[in-house]
Amino acid sequence: MENNNDNKTENSRRKFLRSFGLTIGIGALATGGSLYVANQIQKKKGKTVKVLTHDGQLAEVDSSQLSVMNPKEILESNQNRGFEGLKGHKWVMVIDLAKCRNARMCIAACQQAHHLRPEQYHINTLRMQDSKDTKPYFMPKPCYHCDNPPCTKVCPVNATWKRSDGIVLINNERCIGCRFCMAACPYSARVFNWFQPLEVEGDDERVYDVELNVPQKKGTITKCLFSADRLRQGKLPYCVSSCPNSVYWFGDKNEDTVTNGTTGETTRFSELIRENAGYTVHEELGTKPQVFYLPPKNRLFPFQFEGKTELEDNEHI
Amino acid sequence: MSEILSKEESKKVLTKIEDDLYKPIKTYDDWSIAWLVLLLTIVAVGFYAWTHQLKVGLGVTALRDYVSWGMYIGNFVFFVAVSLIGMLISSVLQLLGYKWITPITRIAEQVAIAAVALAGLIIVMDMGRPDRVLNVLKNGRFASPILWDVTVITTYLAISVLLIFLPLIPDIAMMHKRLKGIPKWQENIYKVLSLNWVGSDEQYSLLKTAIRILLILIIPVALSIHTVTSWLFAATLRPGWDSTIFGPYFVTGAFVAGVAAVLIVMFAYQRRYKLHEYITDKHFDLVCKLLVLTSLVYLYFNINEFLVPAYKMRKLEGAHITELFKGKFAVLFYMVQIGGLILPIILLLFKKMRKPIPAFIIALVVLIAAWFKRFLIVVPTMMHPTLPIQNVPDNFHTYMPTGTEILVASFSWGAAILIITLLAKLFPVIPVWEIAEEKGVKREDLYE
Repeated sequence: MENNNDNKTENSRRKFLRSFGLTIGIGALATGGSLYVANQIQKKKGKTVKVLTHDGQLAEVDSSQLSVMNPKEILESNQNRGFEGLKGHKWVMVIDLAKCRNARMCIAACQQAHHLRPEQYHINTLRMQDSKDTKPYFMPKPCYHCDNPPCTKVCPVNATWKRSDGIVLINNERCIGCRFCMAACPYSARVFNWFQPLEVEGDDERVYDVELNVPQKKGTITKCLFSADRLRQGKLPYCVSSCPNSVYWFGDKNEDTVTNGTTGETTRFSELIRENAGYTVHEELGTKPQVFYLPPKNRLFPFQFEGKTELEDNEHI
Repeated sequence: MSEILSKEESKKVLTKIEDDLYKPIKTYDDWSIAWLVLLLTIVAVGFYAWTHQLKVGLGVTALRDYVSWGMYIGNFVFFVAVSLIGMLISSVLQLLGYKWITPITRIAEQVAIAAVALAGLIIVMDMGRPDRVLNVLKNGRFASPILWDVTVITTYLAISVLLIFLPLIPDIAMMHKRLKGIPKWQENIYKVLSLNWVGSDEQYSLLKTAIRILLILIIPVALSIHTVTSWLFAATLRPGWDSTIFGPYFVTGAFVAGVAAVLIVMFAYQRRYKLHEYITDKHFDLVCKLLVLTSLVYLYFNINEFLVPAYKMRKLEGAHITELFKGKFAVLFYMVQIGGLILPIILLLFKKMRKPIPAFIIALVVLIAAWFKRFLIVVPTMMHPTLPIQNVPDNFHTYMPTGTEILVASFSWGAAILIITLLAKLFPVIPVWEIAEEKGVKREDLYE
């Protein structure tokens, strides 16, 4: 009985509190709402200004609708944008080994875009030789943007991740420099800023762009980003468009098309791979690379190089 | 436990024990000062080298894009390894009921605490951006083995500190009562840390329960710290690390290194503080046998780890094995495997070699070899990536630690030995109350 009574009093108290809270809530909402509307009306009286939209069109907006972003906001929006990736896309690269003659224009364009030192390669051209009986060939090696990336798994702070469009990015504002991702990547695609990065004019004031990884920062990782900044602008990656020998094809797996960076020719990705026996490097590791190679058959150029090939590099084999 | 002594005898025995075991705390001769100055210098120089590394970048080390983990990480693995001995000696052997282990338990805990505390610091010193270390808590991703390592290492440190502190409480209370001629601040420390211990039956039963819980708790945590540390490597696809037995391989190796470290500290205490009555030849004999046992188990895992891939000689594993067996790491490899593992096992089978002096020398060799073993686990593998190392400067192909790097690494050695020294200077290195009880001193006499 006593218990029952207790329950009743508590119930009524609860009821009272609830209705009381509701009254206050509605009151606050009403006041806030009217203040907000008043504010909006006042704002609308401002002038109109012309602005450039992200796709390059001129638009006119009321100045009250405009707020100039401070660097921190730009940084945040860049990074949030970078996190999400380009909707509906699934980027893929095809490298035709028959056409590469180690011109290294891709490397130069890449290093210039990302403010890298000469020994820092987002993309590197390797001299490969699979066995003594086979001929050596040049093999450009970017990050493979694996679908099962061993590197992003091990990051303790989420400073590297795979986007919805397949690009593996890195955030050097968050990277702690533990280099676990370097140890985890079987393709040595990751590079570290062991020293103060290369001094490039304007880097001091520049807001960090996660899709370009510029400015570089001492003590953090840097890596190939499939030129995410260029893709956002609808352009081909730096390396792809700078190749003089039509080595690179780049495109969208969802659309099943790839475009050659040199000739501009567009073709079916699946057909290109099927007809030329395309493959990925070290498939047995299960990393599912998204950079495909076409075998070095019917080569356009003889293999000319002063240094050692993979086989002669006895450190490796 | 010997028979209960008469009141007078009991007092006499206790006074003798206290005189002997408080000696380290009271000894402040030239040697003590010189030793402390030496350690502080190493720590200061190492720390300064680290600030230099912070300023210039990790490039002051010999680390580059291929060998991106080197001596620091090897050193880290070594310290984690050594710390495991706290669990083996003070926990497992005590729980199994071995009475002879009593005078060594605290030594093992000292070694464990010093080693695991430094292991945490070494990782921070290896980071490219130590200023962002809190990101690990702020943005921590539990999918990363580093997060597991941070979790278990801090847990292990916490339990180890409790495990050294709880059995110290009765000792601290006794020191607070009877240890005179020490500075005021030291008296105050004992006063605070004795936590009003009066030695009542209730306090004793609480203490024993708490210690027992910790002794059990520390076993899975200790196994975790080194297993997880091994996974930092085994979780990658690299030949030489990509191994399923890395967990037990690391854990058994850890016991070898830890027993060697305890032997060294035992010897140092016995000689320096004249504790021959407490740390006897019998103790050396038994701990040496423990070293043989742990070494044999570790040898078994070594055979598995090298023989199986060497039999198959798969492309990259084969290159790795060749480098170790007859490449540029071969000399170091054989010195570590034969000099640091097989030879000690054979030598320690002879009773004469289990006497303090030879045991100390062997332990020293085993410990140094254990350090190089970690170096051999980390570095050669990094030199064999899946794709060739090309178009980079010459120093990307090799790895030889720089002077700065060695100084930074020596910081951890100096600091770990400093922690052990300070613990020895503040608290008895052997549990006074447990020894007294074993010799038949009545409990109520302890706190009079």
